[in-house]
This record gives sequence, structure tokens and C-alpha cells, in this order.
Amino acid sequence: MARVLVGVKRVIDYAVKIRVKPDKSGVVTDGVKHSMNPFDEIAVEEAVRLKEQKIANEIIAVSCGPQQSQDVLRTALAMGADKAIHVEVAGAEYETLQPIHVSKILAKIAQNEKVDLVIVGKQAIDDDCNQTAQMTAGFLDWPQATYASKIEKKDDHIVVKREIDGGLETIKCKIPAVISADLRLNEPRYATLPNIMKAKKKPLTKITPKDLGVDVSPRIQIVKVEEPPVRQAGSIIPDVDTLVTKLKEKGHA
Amino acid sequence: MSQRSRVIDLYKRLFHLGKDYPSGADFFRVRLHNAFMKNSKESDPDKIEKMIGHGEFVVKELETLYMLKKYRTLKRRYYDSA
Repeated sequence: MARVLVGVKRVIDYAVKIRVKPDKSGVVTDGVKHSMNPFDEIAVEEAVRLKEQKIANEIIAVSCGPQQSQDVLRTALAMGADKAIHVEVAGAEYETLQPIHVSKILAKIAQNEKVDLVIVGKQAIDDDCNQTAQMTAGFLDWPQATYASKIEKKDDHIVVKREIDGGLETIKCKIPAVISADLRLNEPRYATLPNIMKAKKKPLTKITPKDLGVDVSPRIQIVKVEEPPVRQAGSIIPDVDTLVTKLKEKGHA
Repeated sequence: MSQRSRVIDLYKRLFHLGKDYPSGADFFRVRLHNAFMKNSKESDPDKIEKMIGHGEFVVKELETLYMLKKYRTLKRRYYDSA
């Protein structure tokens, strides 16, 4: 039986149109719908499935961020996690919080809680870093199975199918290990209303990075955040001759 | 659960699901309310049972709709190489 740690991040909902602040210091987050990072939902779902197959016996959900991060932890609990740990990082510190800090925090918690598997989403849809799983494995000195699209337990190891360019790679990996979930690993369940109510009774502990001895002082400075360039409008050409002339004008033919 | 409380429970669950509806929660809620009000005078237990069955079907459809919408958006954003 394994203990599983899942990392969940609170991000701006995937369906929301992102707007950049006028002073270019970041994106607008006030009054914007937030939800659990979709890849982390897949990670939570996989942990819950491992529990349903009696491979895992306890699922611990962790989130680093401001007070509102507890909402996504509640969602994780409603999906089937057993307990949650909220590592509070708020304000300016949260804006410069990087995967390196998060992976140090995850690694510390993984050791304290004596977990056998760490499952995280492969990347968050807000910063698209795709680093946390890899660095957590590094700090713990554990094997890593990234971009997992299938996980199977065999005796004392796991067999993971990984999504790679143009195909799948199957690897065998010792436990404890760090896994990052790819899109096709599973279809996450919807946190139902009764389960959300029940999740309110599950334990949620709040700690700070200081309690874990992790330094979250900034390593980067945000210089500016800009909108991607707008695609220029095209034009419709009446016939082939005009097209050829136009292409010649631009030096394509 | 009595039939009455099952209907109320179904309404609550649909109301909750409506929060994520693509055309907006208000759009969904008006229609949800109308659909329930339209049949509120029904007293035949068999017919009510059928309606609850239909409601449960809508719940499943909505969950699938949200799941697919998210999956397709992510696929388009991160995987579409074609």
C-alpha cells in the first residue's frame, strides 16, 4: 500500500480570457474565476483511481499559494483525497514563487509524510513552466516518470507509458517515484455537490514555507508582461495573376 | 429518500452544475427553473419517476460536456501540431 502526494495549483480558469494589467506588471486576477489546474485534476484523479484499485491507501493534496488556494484543495478533497496541506505563500512572495520553491516544498512534505508516490500535473496552464515534477524528483533523488499516459503497479515497481514526440515510451521505475500527469492519462471526475459538502469535514492543515525550512525569497524579477502580438488581417485576392504579382513584390517567388 | 426530496436534490445538483455552463449560469438557471416549474403540477408517481430519470441523464450529459470542453481546449492549446 502506498501513500500518495498530489500537488495542485490554483490557476485562472481555462475558459477565461486572460487580460494583461495596463501597467504590464502581470495579468488581471481580481474578480476572475479561478479553478484547479486541469493537469493537476488529472493527477488527483489518477491518485484516486490508485486508491480505488487498493494500490494507494492515503492521498494527501498540497497547494502552495494564498488563502484562496484552499478552494482547490477542497475540490481535491471532494474528488477523493483524504487530507490536504495548504502551504501559505501570499502577496508579493507568491508573484515570484517559482517551480524551484514549490519543488523544495513538495520534496520536504514528501519526506515528512513518508509518501511513496508524488503525482503532479505536467505543467500549470498559467505559467506553463513544466518543471516542478522534474525538480522535485531531483531534490528527493527519486526516479521520475514524466508525461505519464498510463500507470500500472507491478510488484515493487511501476510501469509507466510516457508521451514522447511521435509515440509512447514505456518505462519501468522503482518506488518511491515522482510522476507527472499528461492530458491522456485519464478523464477527471466532476466534484459533485454532496462530495463537496463532505469534503468540508476532511482535515486541512495550514503551514508556512518557514515551517518546512524552505526559503521562498524571489529568484527572479518580473520585468514586464505583454499581450502576444495580434495577427495581422489577411486580404482576398481576385485571381492567380494578382497572387503571383503580390508574391513577387514580397520576394517570395 | 422520498420522491419529493429526490426531485429537490436533483434540482440542487443541476443548479450547482449550471455554474460552469458555457452560455452562463443565469442562462442555465432560467431554463432549469422553467423546466421544473412546467412539470410541478404532475402527480403521477410513474411519470415523475421518468422525469427524474431524464434529469439524471442531463446531469451525466453536463458532466461529459464540461469534461470534453476542457479536454478539447487543452488539446488545441498544447498538442495541436497539425
